[in-house]
Amino acid sequence: MSTDQLVIAGRTFGSRLIVGTGKYASNEIMARAHEASGADMITVAVRRVNISDRSRESLLDFIDTSRYFILPNTAGCYTAEEAIRTARLAREAGLSSWVKLEVIGDERTLFPDNEELLVATKALVQDGFVVLPYTNDDPISCRKLEEAGAAAVMPLGAPIGSGLGIQNRHNIEIIVEGAHVPVIVDAGVGTASDAAIAMELGVDGVLMNTGIAGATDPVAMATAMRLATQAGRLAHLAGRIPRRRYAAASSPVGGTVGA
Amino acid sequence: MTIRLNGEPYELDAPVTVSALLARLEIDPRRVAIEHNLVVLKRGTFDAVLVEDGDRVEIVNFVGGGGPGSTTP
Repeated sequence: MSTDQLVIAGRTFGSRLIVGTGKYASNEIMARAHEASGADMITVAVRRVNISDRSRESLLDFIDTSRYFILPNTAGCYTAEEAIRTARLAREAGLSSWVKLEVIGDERTLFPDNEELLVATKALVQDGFVVLPYTNDDPISCRKLEEAGAAAVMPLGAPIGSGLGIQNRHNIEIIVEGAHVPVIVDAGVGTASDAAIAMELGVDGVLMNTGIAGATDPVAMATAMRLATQAGRLAHLAGRIPRRRYAAASSPVGGTVGA
Repeated sequence: MTIRLNGEPYELDAPVTVSALLARLEIDPRRVAIEHNLVVLKRGTFDAVLVEDGDRVEIVNFVGGGGPGSTTP
């Protein structure tokens, strides 16, 4: 697998699985799940420091930033302006000029607001960011984001945290066929088979948070997701057999006893 | 004088540098990013930028989150 690597904006990643940092029962479990996932890119959110309670542990104490590439996200932003401000703050806080760009349109679905997303993508690309926008499983949105300079496109498989898996496989395939930048399925993965299906469709990577963090045993699920991502990728490269409605015997047809 | 710190009113006796404000809040400057009156400050400028009456200051850091809604603002 060493020759089959994920490359985004000229940067090479050994793993096609990208993981999050939210919803874990403890930072220790999160760190162990990260290890088990084999991921080398981890996404983090940006929030106001709690001024009145400074006792909370710092997330970055539990992420080895020499080993993992940190991908800040603009989770919770509802306008292009908020997302742009958040991305600029993240760049100063840290570690790179990369951003997982999220501009949300609705609290219940957490679906992206593609109009605002496109505005923010253009502005941040112009400002020198490597922009990875979270978008709908819509080939046209993906094409427009790519044209705006996105370094990858990240269509959802299903709503964030829903665990419903890949709802529209045909759209994901159309997105993959049309894209000239990496396609990362971001959101909706509930269990290992969902990750494998995404990879089998030909996407370049999978990003997930709740599917691992919300599992009863997050560390075991992280291992499952690592293997599923690899299995799905291998199956994609191997080239699956065509689907057919009737059987095709796998043993010789002639020479049976009593023929 | 009163500034608006992370959206809330915050009292100061006199204008202070961003560095002094962070020291007063016991915040490690290496772990945060600062926006002053909607301008994101470069890391090296915390000693030079003065926070004055009515200014808006945002201090942020990284927290756990995977995607939209996994953390609430």
